[in-house]
Amino acid sequence: MSLTLLYVQTLNGLQLGVLLFLIAAGLTLVFGVMDFVNLAHGVQYMIGAYLAAMFTALTGNFFFGLALALPCALLFGLLLEFFIFRHLYARDHLDQVLATFGIILTLNQAVKVIWGAAPLSVPIPEIFSGSVVLMPGLLYPVWRLVIIASGLAIALLLGLLVTKTRIGMLVRAGATNAPMVSALGVDIGRLFMIVFGFGAMLAGFAGAMVAPILSVEPGMGDNLLILTFVVIVIGGIGSIRGAFIAALLVGLVDTLGRSFGPSILRAFLDPAAASQTGRALAPMLIYILMAAVLFFRPAGLFPAKK
Amino acid sequence: MIMRREILPLSIFGALAVLPLLGSFGSDAFILSIVARVMIFAIAALSLDLILGYGALVSFGHAAFLGIGAYAVGILSAHGIREAAIQIPVALFVSALFALVTGAISLRTKGIYFIMITLAFGQMAYFFGVSLAAYGGDDGMTLPGRSLFFGYDIAASERAFYFLVFAFLVVVYAACRTLVISRFGRVIRGARENAQRMEAIGFSLFSYQLTIYVIAGTLCGLAGFLLANQTQFVSPAYMTWQRSGELIVMVLLGGLGSLNGAILGAAAFLLLEEGLSHLTEYWKLYFGPFLVLVVLFARGGLMGGFKRLTGTGDGR
Repeated sequence: MSLTLLYVQTLNGLQLGVLLFLIAAGLTLVFGVMDFVNLAHGVQYMIGAYLAAMFTALTGNFFFGLALALPCALLFGLLLEFFIFRHLYARDHLDQVLATFGIILTLNQAVKVIWGAAPLSVPIPEIFSGSVVLMPGLLYPVWRLVIIASGLAIALLLGLLVTKTRIGMLVRAGATNAPMVSALGVDIGRLFMIVFGFGAMLAGFAGAMVAPILSVEPGMGDNLLILTFVVIVIGGIGSIRGAFIAALLVGLVDTLGRSFGPSILRAFLDPAAASQTGRALAPMLIYILMAAVLFFRPAGLFPAKK
Repeated sequence: MIMRREILPLSIFGALAVLPLLGSFGSDAFILSIVARVMIFAIAALSLDLILGYGALVSFGHAAFLGIGAYAVGILSAHGIREAAIQIPVALFVSALFALVTGAISLRTKGIYFIMITLAFGQMAYFFGVSLAAYGGDDGMTLPGRSLFFGYDIAASERAFYFLVFAFLVVVYAACRTLVISRFGRVIRGARENAQRMEAIGFSLFSYQLTIYVIAGTLCGLAGFLLANQTQFVSPAYMTWQRSGELIVMVLLGGLGSLNGAILGAAAFLLLEEGLSHLTEYWKLYFGPFLVLVVLFARGGLMGGFKRLTGTGDGR
């Protein structure tokens, strides 16, 4: 029984990790290439979920909804970049934090005005509904497996894109030394815009994919944003590989810590104290992990800047 | 010139001192409690400005100290200790200890990593608050009443509490002023301008920065003590990262590295919040773009504007 639980929670952790990776990929590139702290990245995830919910309700089909939501999320990201963010690239981090914090406040509220404060729900697509028996006694929802699989597929594609194509090469070079790339005659402004739009779309995709299993509500991106920052800081800013490994690590540590922390502690402490400290420690685990990583490697596991 | 510099702080504190004496408007409990709230957050913003503005250390977890100060009141009250002469030292000591430990680790990192590691410690404090099931957990706890001062319930009326907060604000402001113009303060400001050069001429910056971090955390713990007393309520919501963000916004709105600015920023933030939320349920819809516009077009915040208006050089 406990082993089954371990498998289920591992899959849940993997699913959270994949989700975090989809959001972190864009954020770490924006951060690494443009040296831009975008707190509003979590909002892109929320917008993606809302767009998917709206278009699914309109078309009656999740996949049509997704197909419409992605270009809209991309467009929305590009509009934000064009009107606001591009004027902030040259500013210091503090100005960027303040402005993007303002954008979070605005968009969280705007979402409430447009779609209402009540959470929206999106039905799981018919063909992927229900659960599947992975092993005797191990039932797992199909949709969560779809999320994991699509996330891993995108991670693979993204890895190929970044390591094998010309645009990927420019992005990597930009993360290492952006002014040098610009000096070599690359239109860095256009590169920034592509990276930004792409990152916004990935975050939107993540939001759309979890819309059927989470409630779509204002502010849903806020806490995930902080987890995403933990991921990119552990992974090393600007590194896709680092983001991927750190995302899975954070997803697994968080999920497994919450479900097994108290029972592991029970081996050392009496039951009451174990469940008390376990509950206290579990949500803190990833932050402790991050503080520890930064303590030993102040620039993360795979820093892009040399 | 020196007199001219004092105009702003004198008018701020003068206005705060006479407010409760202004007939029916000034004795309105609602007005008094809002302005007291402004002064409490002014203390928190002042403390953050010490590290953010003067030390150029961007802490994204400063709200943790608000929570620590508040929980010191809450937990001690829950055990029947409502004496401020015990609560305040405990609040300050625990805040200082937390700042010492987290500061010593955080200051190993620089730039964005410092922002993130302070955020991580802030989140740890938040989740610790959530896990305190015996003290309300996620929901927080209501206090039996305001703290007693040497056994007397003198802070019970809004007006008395107002003057109490005012006195704390004056003391904290004076202490911060003294600190930033002292030799110690000049070293901190030197490190902001050019850390490498300061190291080269023989200052061990780590110990200076750790000291200012501990001072800032301790002062913010005091603000937490006052905040818990004002609302007579303690909850982990005091420690969310959004709250840390709001503190940064207050300091930036007022103008970085200017103590007067921290007070004005706290006032502007809270009064805008209060005013807009009376006009519309969706006040953030207007406040958010306002922040973006401040960043894009009004560099230096309110103090920047004030300096441009009056032509005073640097308003410190």
